[in-house]
Amino acid sequence: MIGAGHAGLATSRVLGERSIDHVVLERGEVANSWRRERWDSLRLLTPNWQARLPGHRYDGDDPDGYMPMAEVIAFVSRYAAVSGAPVRTQTAVTSVTAVDGGYRVGTERGEIACRSVVLASGACNSAAVPALRAAVPDSVACVTAFDYRNPSQLPDGGVLVVGASATGVQLADEIRRSGRRVVLSVGEHVRLPRIYRGRDVLWWMEASGVWNQRYDEIDDLTRARGLPSPQLVGTPEHATLDLNTLAAAGVELVGRLSAIRDGRALFSGGLRNLFALADLKMDRLLDTFDEWVSEGARDAEVGPRERFEPTRVPFSSPLELDLRRGEIRSIVWATGFRPEYGWLHVPVLDHKGHLRHDGGGVDAPGLYAIGLPLLRRRKSTFIIGAEDDARDIVTHLARYLDQTSNRGASRA
Amino acid sequence: MAEKKTVEKRLRNGVNVGALLEAREALKKAPQAAKFKWRASCKWQNGTHSSTKVKGFHGLGEEQKHKTEFTFSADHPEIFASEDLGATPVEYVLVGLASCLMAGVAAVAENRGIKLRSVEAKLEGAMDIQGILGIDSDVRNGFDDVKVTFNIDADATKKEIEALVAQSQKRSAVYDIVTNPTNVTVVVA
Repeated sequence: MIGAGHAGLATSRVLGERSIDHVVLERGEVANSWRRERWDSLRLLTPNWQARLPGHRYDGDDPDGYMPMAEVIAFVSRYAAVSGAPVRTQTAVTSVTAVDGGYRVGTERGEIACRSVVLASGACNSAAVPALRAAVPDSVACVTAFDYRNPSQLPDGGVLVVGASATGVQLADEIRRSGRRVVLSVGEHVRLPRIYRGRDVLWWMEASGVWNQRYDEIDDLTRARGLPSPQLVGTPEHATLDLNTLAAAGVELVGRLSAIRDGRALFSGGLRNLFALADLKMDRLLDTFDEWVSEGARDAEVGPRERFEPTRVPFSSPLELDLRRGEIRSIVWATGFRPEYGWLHVPVLDHKGHLRHDGGGVDAPGLYAIGLPLLRRRKSTFIIGAEDDARDIVTHLARYLDQTSNRGASRA
Repeated sequence: MAEKKTVEKRLRNGVNVGALLEAREALKKAPQAAKFKWRASCKWQNGTHSSTKVKGFHGLGEEQKHKTEFTFSADHPEIFASEDLGATPVEYVLVGLASCLMAGVAAVAENRGIKLRSVEAKLEGAMDIQGILGIDSDVRNGFDDVKVTFNIDADATKKEIEALVAQSQKRSAVYDIVTNPTNVTVVVA
C-alpha cells in the first residue's frame, strides 16, 4: 500500500480481514495531506454521519456537522490505530519498478519486494495550473489552492480567484469576507444546494443511489472523472455556497479565463451559458431525487419539493482586467489538483499523465489504485466511498495472488 | 478569400475615404447614430446544411438594408459524413476576417495616398478537432492559431506596406471579434 490516508487505511483493513500480508508506506504521517496540504478553514464536504470506513465510524455528538481538519486528522489517525494498520511513517516511496513476479519498491528507508502494489497516494498531490500563468505580470502574486492557507497570506488589495469548484467558491467567499475585492473567474462548474427538501444534498446522493452509480455505467467516463468538485462548503449553518450567494456578498463574477495578453486577463463571454448548463444539470439531479421519492412513496421522510433561483447573470461582467493597474494584487489558482506519479516507473500513464486503469485495476498485473475520482463509483473519492471500492479491489487482488502463486508459496 | 483591388480613375483604390471621414465627423456630433446592429437569419436545411440570409441592419438611427439579399450556405465536408453543400462555419470566420482586413488595407492605403496594384491574402486557421468532438476537454473548440499572409504590390516601401497592414488590424471589427472575448447570449424563443 502506498499512502496512509483514509483510502489506503480502508484497503489495509480489508487486506487484514483476509490475512493478506502487507505494509502501508507513508511519506509523512497518517493523514498527511489533511495535515499539511489543505487550507486552514476547510471542513469536510460530507456530514459527519457519512464518515464511515470499514470497521470504523463517526461516534461524536454532531452527526449532521462537518469536521474541521483537526477532527479529520484525529478520525483517520484513530482509524489507523484501532485497525492496527502496519503503517511505516516517514517512508516516502522513491520508485516502483516492475520485476519478475511483482514489484520492487524503493523507499527512503530501503527496498521492498512485493507481488502486488496498491496506489493510495491520493488524487491531489499538486496543483494543476494552466500554462497561461506564465503570462501573469511579476507585480501580481500567484498562490495555488495547494499553497493557500488563509487570506492574511495574500498581499493587500484585490484578488482574482480562478476556478469555481468547491475550492474556488470557498476561497472566494473567505477572501471576500476578509474585506478584499474578489473577482471570481467561472468556468464549467457543478451547482448544488447544501440542503434539499430538508436533507443534506449528500444524503440524497447516497440514499437515491446516485453515488453508487458505477464507473462502467457512465457514458463519458473521462469527462465525469474530470468534473470539478461540486460547489459545496461544510459550515455549522449548513449554508449553500453557490454563485448567487457569492454575488450577493459582493464577489464579482467573470467568465472563464481564456488568455493573459499584454498583462491583461481576458475572460470568455460565455458566462451565461455556463450558468444555464449548471442550473439545468442541478435541476435534472433534483428531478432524479424527486422521482426516487415518488417511486418509493417516501414523501413523508422529506420536505416539500423545491426549486432554486436560477444563477443571476451579472448586470455587467467585464471581459478583461488589466493586471498591471494595481487593483488586482494576487491570483489564487483554484484550477484543480492532480496526482503525482514521478516515482512510478511502470508504463501505466496515458499521454496526459493519467493512470490507465479499469475500475482501479491498473494496466499492469498486480498493480491497483484506490481513492481516485470515480474510480469505481461516483462516491469513490469520499470517505464513505472507500469501503466498497476497497472490498472490490482486494477481492480482485486476492484472486490475482492466488492465480499467480505457486502452491504453498507465501503471500507478500 | 483573395480579393483584388484595381485602380479607379477618380480614386486611387476605389475607396471613398472623403465620405468615410465626413461620416466620422458627423457621427462625433451624433454618437447615437453610430450604434449599429448587424443581423443574419439562419435556417436549418438538412443534416449539417444551413442557409443564412443577410439583408437588413440597423444604423444611423434607422433601419437599413443591402441592395440585395445575400445567402450563404454552410455545411461540413464529406470526411465528416456531411454533403459538403457549403463552406464550413469556421471557414466563414476566415472569410469575415480576410474581407475585413482587406477592406481596411484598401481604405488605409487610400487615406495615405498609396496606390495598390494587387493585394492578396491567404488565411489559415489551425484547429485540433479533439475539442469539438469532446475527446479532450483541455483542447479548445475554436482555432488555436490563425495565420494571415498578405501579398501586396503597391507604390510604397516595405515599411509603409507593413504599416498599412498593421493599421488595418487596429481598425478591423472582425480582427477584434476574433482576438478578444465577446459576450454572447443564446436564448430559446
